[in-house]
Amino acid sequence: MAEQTALADTGAGGGKTDAAVVRDALGVGVAVGLSGFAFGVTSAGNGLTLPQTCALSLLVFTGASQFALVGALGAGGNPFTAAAGAFFLGVRNAFYGLRLSQLLALPRVVRPFAAQWVIDETTAVALPQPTRRAARIGFAVTGLSLYVLWNLTTLLGALGARAIGDTDAWGLDAAGPAVFLALLAPMLKTTTERAVAGLAVLLGLGLLPALPAGVPVLVAALAAPAVLFLEGRRGRRGRASSHDTAGRAPSQDTAGRAPSQDTAGEDR
Amino acid sequence: MNTWLAIGVTALGCYAVKLAGLLVPAGTLERPLVRRLAALLPVALLAALTAQQTFADGHTLVLDARVAGVAAAAVVLVLRAPFLLVVAAAVVVTAGVRAMGG
Repeated sequence: MAEQTALADTGAGGGKTDAAVVRDALGVGVAVGLSGFAFGVTSAGNGLTLPQTCALSLLVFTGASQFALVGALGAGGNPFTAAAGAFFLGVRNAFYGLRLSQLLALPRVVRPFAAQWVIDETTAVALPQPTRRAARIGFAVTGLSLYVLWNLTTLLGALGARAIGDTDAWGLDAAGPAVFLALLAPMLKTTTERAVAGLAVLLGLGLLPALPAGVPVLVAALAAPAVLFLEGRRGRRGRASSHDTAGRAPSQDTAGRAPSQDTAGEDR
Repeated sequence: MNTWLAIGVTALGCYAVKLAGLLVPAGTLERPLVRRLAALLPVALLAALTAQQTFADGHTLVLDARVAGVAAAAVVLVLRAPFLLVVAAAVVVTAGVRAMGG
């Protein structure tokens, strides 16, 4: 959803009205904001209380990290390994912040408040806007509508889960993995990403019986530097021996893209 | 108590990286290798999390109704359905298979 709107914006050119920006931003904010239901239910299903669930949406406010944390805690993980997995998933927001910082040119006093809204969706809406004014409107409207709705639907989802009792009987334990899969799918663009994903799955499942809960996911994260390292070696060898650049092409292509397009999808 | 600790650490960490992006001078993190790693890290984490939450039951791997649900989500994803529909497909199919005793 976020990505589609972002693409539509690119074609709109410079003559975009404020109303058009607000409409796009609300489209993303409302659609993604409603997915807070899934988080509220999943969090409650993993044994978190209502205040804990709501605190996560209010304070963490980055979907993938929230789902990862409640999943790890539900599986009996140590609080620090659980938090580490969630933290590493949130690191991408720093790269969105870098781009937004130049684009929005916010006064220093505003930045600590704007920071909480630096996520996939606000970046996807703000980056392609033709002017600074449009980018600021897009960022603010997406951020506000998403923040309000995400927290409201989190509360309703957690209340709903409590009302229905055994969430597993309703298949709600499948919501978490489905969310992760939906976030992952648009990222699997080249062989490199698929290799990282494949290796991470092997590590995550293979180490599960041997390591404490939450740790296998952290080890699986090493698939990213491992594949990058192997790719770098292959690239050096390829350059040294011939002009064969075919093997390098996909990685260069991805490296040249904006971070929003690399990872911005549907974060909730 | 442990849960609140995890929530607090996650909230602080996630807020810190968001703020860092807005505060550090442009160009600091723009090295291609750092950006590549930042883009690939979520791929590895999400792939491992998807697999674990589909197949894990504590420390053992099992095949249960969740597999059918996540497979249904994958099919709906390929059909380019919206996010909520993907999640709904997983939930409905998992519940359906369980209701049939799967």
